[in-house]
Amino acid sequence: MTNLEKYDQLFIKDLRVKKEDLEELKYRGIRTWDSMGHMDLVTDLEETFDIHLNTADVMNFSSYEKGKEVLKKYGVNI
Amino acid sequence: MILFDREKLYADRILALDDKGRSVTYGQFNAFSGELYRKTGGKKLIFILCENTIESLLGYLGCLKTGIVPLMLDSHIHPSLLNGLIREYHPEFLYAPEACMGKIEDGEVIWHTGGYCLCRRNEKLPPSLFSQLSLLLTTSGSTGSPKLVRQSGDNIDANAQSIASYLEINENERPVTTLPMNYTYGLSIINSHVLMGCTLLLTTYGVLEPSFWEFARKNKAASLGGVPYTYQILKRIGFMDMDLPDLKTITQAGGRLPPGLHKEFALYAKRTNRKLFVMYGQTEATARMGYLPAAKSLEKCGSMGIAIPGGRFWLEDEQGGVITKPDVSGELVYQGKNVALGYACSKDDLIKPDEWKGVLHTGDIASRDSDGYYYITGRKKRFIKVSGSRVNLDEVERLLKEQYEGIDFACVGSDDKLVIFTDHLIPEAGEDILEYLYRVTGIGSRAAAVKRVDLIPKNESGKTLYKKLETTADNRE
Repeated sequence: MTNLEKYDQLFIKDLRVKKEDLEELKYRGIRTWDSMGHMDLVTDLEETFDIHLNTADVMNFSSYEKGKEVLKKYGVNI
Repeated sequence: MILFDREKLYADRILALDDKGRSVTYGQFNAFSGELYRKTGGKKLIFILCENTIESLLGYLGCLKTGIVPLMLDSHIHPSLLNGLIREYHPEFLYAPEACMGKIEDGEVIWHTGGYCLCRRNEKLPPSLFSQLSLLLTTSGSTGSPKLVRQSGDNIDANAQSIASYLEINENERPVTTLPMNYTYGLSIINSHVLMGCTLLLTTYGVLEPSFWEFARKNKAASLGGVPYTYQILKRIGFMDMDLPDLKTITQAGGRLPPGLHKEFALYAKRTNRKLFVMYGQTEATARMGYLPAAKSLEKCGSMGIAIPGGRFWLEDEQGGVITKPDVSGELVYQGKNVALGYACSKDDLIKPDEWKGVLHTGDIASRDSDGYYYITGRKKRFIKVSGSRVNLDEVERLLKEQYEGIDFACVGSDDKLVIFTDHLIPEAGEDILEYLYRVTGIGSRAAAVKRVDLIPKNESGKTLYKKLETTADNRE
């Protein structure tokens, strides 16, 4: 699986969304991406890519697209 | 109500500020209350769909002040659950954000105020309301259970006064909202601060958003509260290293804070010269029953403290005898003026008088150390907490049985871990069940699991044998 595929899969699993909706996704834009969904997503991203997001980046991870920029800082190119 | 006794002195003072830069004074609130009274005509049942905004706050306080009886609900409530409650309780009015109007099946909008609408229903059979009834709150909000707690104005006054006294709230306190207004803990923060004429900082942002912290910092938030889950998030987002010069107090309720987390935050409070209050309560006691004094938060780590001013705790054994020896577990019983009037399960219950008369058997099992501090050790009642909110296990079973006709369910679990047993024949049904559960209740798959069994064990009268179920399932794995 490519990084993009892994990234997408985590969103689809943790936030219960369809692939075609991913690009528009924003934190709290849908019911599933609430604080619990967010912590699940962050935990899974950290496990999958073997990284540890710093505290500011946990909050900066505010959309599907923004998340790609955040991960880039940790050497994960989506 | 005593809550509003001193309000005239505060007329020019700001009651609330929101994250859009708007504000409302105590004087403006007074004018709003008058208008709300004129539009509704006094003691009627109203449903409020809550969010942390100025209009929602004005609606709630306006009802308390003028004697309208609100049932407080989350604005995100699933339409089917909302309409189920409407059919059960026959409210004459609804007060909801404009965005929620699509959920309401019938009703005529008679007032637009800010982003909220007051809606009148053509209700031919409105409920009769007990003279002292002031407020209704759900016992298991996410499942849409019709079981409500009935609270009086005296209950709310007594609890607000007690909380303001042990938290030493003065008029300069500025709490920032982290909890919903339909949740008893969120309301108790509002009540105890309105009593003292404070300014509330209302935000719809959550602690995971930088905008929340910008708002809190800019408006000099002096206190915030959280359920155990909030504290886990606060730890993860580096709260303990944040620069929050005006923050003086943090409070915790809504379930037992794991002792490790309790200790970390107690040390943080000590290091930064702030106060941490770990507290204990239930909707059945308006909100608060116990608190751990900030000065004891390290020494008595893991304890939920002592009774609040004006209240009393004791422990009872299984025969109802009072336990006097230290370190013996028994059911925690509370006595105080904040013990609610009783439950309501249907419209006809709203006329019922005070049934509990100041004494509450909490259903929590606790022990008391030799210094008089209480520790929660278990629970008698069939509910768990999911992110701080109560989820009644029998209600979850009822919801699932209604959705999946002819299939049996039995729910057990511990906090943040719901286990659903089912005799569903299709192995893949688990996903579907979790999906339905999430859609209707908001309980996510992290907090729930489905286990298949051949048969849900029952006794001769058809009651589920939960203990047997748990052991059978353990053996299978």
